[in-house]
Amino acid sequence: MANSQAVIDRKDLDALFTLLTEEGYQVIGPRAEDGAILYAPVSGPDDLPRGMGDEEEGGHYRLSNRNDAQLFGHTKAVQGLKAHLYPARQKLWSAEKAGHGFRVVKDSSPQPRYAFIGVRACELAAMVIQDKVFEGGPYTDKGYAERRKNSFIAVVTCNHAGNACFCASQKTGPDVSEGFDLKLAEILDGSRHVFLAEAGSEKGRAVLERLPKQVAEEGDKNAAAAQIDAAAKGQKRAMIAGVADLLAANLESPHWEDVAKRCMSCGNCTMVCPTCFCSTVEDTTDLSGLKAERSRKWDSCFSIDYSYIHGGSVRNTGASRYRQWMTHKLSHWVKQFGHSGCVGCGRCIIWCPVGIDITAEAKAIGKGA
Amino acid sequence: MNVAMQAQADPMDIRPFRIEKIRKELADSFTMELVPEGGGSFSFKPGQFNMLYTFGAGEVPISISGDPSDTSKIVHTIRRVGAVTQAIGNLSEGMAVGIRGPFGKPWPVEEAFGSDLVILAGGLGLAPLRPAIYMALANRHRFGKVVLLYGSRSPSEILFPKELEKWRGRFDTKVRVTVDRAEPGWGGHVGVVTKLVKGAGFDPMHTVAFVCGPEIMMRYGIQALEGAGIDRSGIYVSMERNMKCGIGLCGHCQWGAPFVCKDGPVFRFDEVADAFTVREL
Repeated sequence: MANSQAVIDRKDLDALFTLLTEEGYQVIGPRAEDGAILYAPVSGPDDLPRGMGDEEEGGHYRLSNRNDAQLFGHTKAVQGLKAHLYPARQKLWSAEKAGHGFRVVKDSSPQPRYAFIGVRACELAAMVIQDKVFEGGPYTDKGYAERRKNSFIAVVTCNHAGNACFCASQKTGPDVSEGFDLKLAEILDGSRHVFLAEAGSEKGRAVLERLPKQVAEEGDKNAAAAQIDAAAKGQKRAMIAGVADLLAANLESPHWEDVAKRCMSCGNCTMVCPTCFCSTVEDTTDLSGLKAERSRKWDSCFSIDYSYIHGGSVRNTGASRYRQWMTHKLSHWVKQFGHSGCVGCGRCIIWCPVGIDITAEAKAIGKGA
Repeated sequence: MNVAMQAQADPMDIRPFRIEKIRKELADSFTMELVPEGGGSFSFKPGQFNMLYTFGAGEVPISISGDPSDTSKIVHTIRRVGAVTQAIGNLSEGMAVGIRGPFGKPWPVEEAFGSDLVILAGGLGLAPLRPAIYMALANRHRFGKVVLLYGSRSPSEILFPKELEKWRGRFDTKVRVTVDRAEPGWGGHVGVVTKLVKGAGFDPMHTVAFVCGPEIMMRYGIQALEGAGIDRSGIYVSMERNMKCGIGLCGHCQWGAPFVCKDGPVFRFDEVADAFTVREL
């Protein structure tokens, strides 16, 4: 049964923020900060990037002025939900010297309750992929699992494609059918500014029930569908079909050397990728040597240290490190988790300082370049 | 604490163990016996490893080298090669280390019951195989022939020499030891360990082989075993990669699609044969 849809007026959108805050959530949404759209705490619609768009290309990102009243007129934030659900740095425990040994004190502070507003289809898909990584195997990341369980996801569907987008070819967007609590489509038509809303879970239904709303009209539904259609058709990039098998069969392709000539091994792609999950642990002591701490922080397969074992690193060349990233993302991930690790958001293209384009590299390998 | 209880705990939490005994093995390596602080037991399967933590310095994956039938202690044989293993090496008896584990897929000792068993080890690679040897000898009647082929760089670098002598003294086990470079007083084999495969006297059609050592030694060792007629599906290898979590969540130990920590470290060779030939995978 299709979920019933309703329409929330722009001027009533405050109520959503108020309601979620009352429910004990910290509301996180897109904000224009430092010349970019970032996910950050927002207290109401006034904090959203009204009238702002974003230009994106390989190695290029700028905010732009849309000259309209849209609150979600941009395509996507610099990072997805990863930085909140899987923090870049997290203390695991501390320890104190005690006699000949030590005593471990676990960091047991409760995990935050986040309500995300403005989540894009690709970001939702990335979150579902990370769910599989952190919760789908024999071992669970307990912190992640708790943050996920606590979270509220309000999707806002895209009404246009960014230049780096290729979610349609990865079948992760632009429409969403599950995994959200609330799905919104922003409709701005002259002076009429509304959000077509649909609940996707019990949590979402409970929230939608309490919001001021009107019945959704056929015109609104058509407008929302047309937006998604435009977002799909506007995509300039696409991942080639069969890339998982293609890469698995081309581990020794000369093209890896070609990419390595351009790749700076900076790891930007891994930091902005919404599914990259690699981490390392850092053990430290204070100056007295009596207190130690362990933290977990994001790591990148582009660093030499990443593959270090006694005697040296396994992946010394840039070619082997790029191959590791790309084959993991597009090929090995499928064997590991039953799904590609790429959602087609294009962030790795935008934030690569030299604009390496994963879709173009896949094509080049396909051509035997 | 038994294995089932360990599985319920957060696998990122460390458990304190007290160093009960330290024994020097070689110039750069030593064996530690660890008992749980505050009592309890520890169960593992041959070939599994622990993440071993020393206060403030960090954590490293170390294979378990003790007897799996003894749940009162953990035995680790460690080479001082990095900052953490140096720090562990500087600890004394009575001090504490942290343990997470056991992790990883074991040597399929029970699955090999009924076959001949060939164990091919190089250097410190004998340490992760020793639990399998203990288990095989405890179940000696369940195997056909049992053959242990061991190579080290020089006579003074032979690991567990007393035990090798003891095992060699058994009438039901063939033990052959070789060194790359002889020293005065050495009357044994000289040459790479792969040379011991020929004439080892196992039935290749009904043999399971466990191989552990430096990657280059494993590559040639497998070639020799295959050359002797053992099918690749009967050959098992233990791999080493960087590990930070031990539970497949940190990504470091990926070797193609497998995570060495949870899909290995022991792999059936036919399932990873292709990966062996790819450089810097």
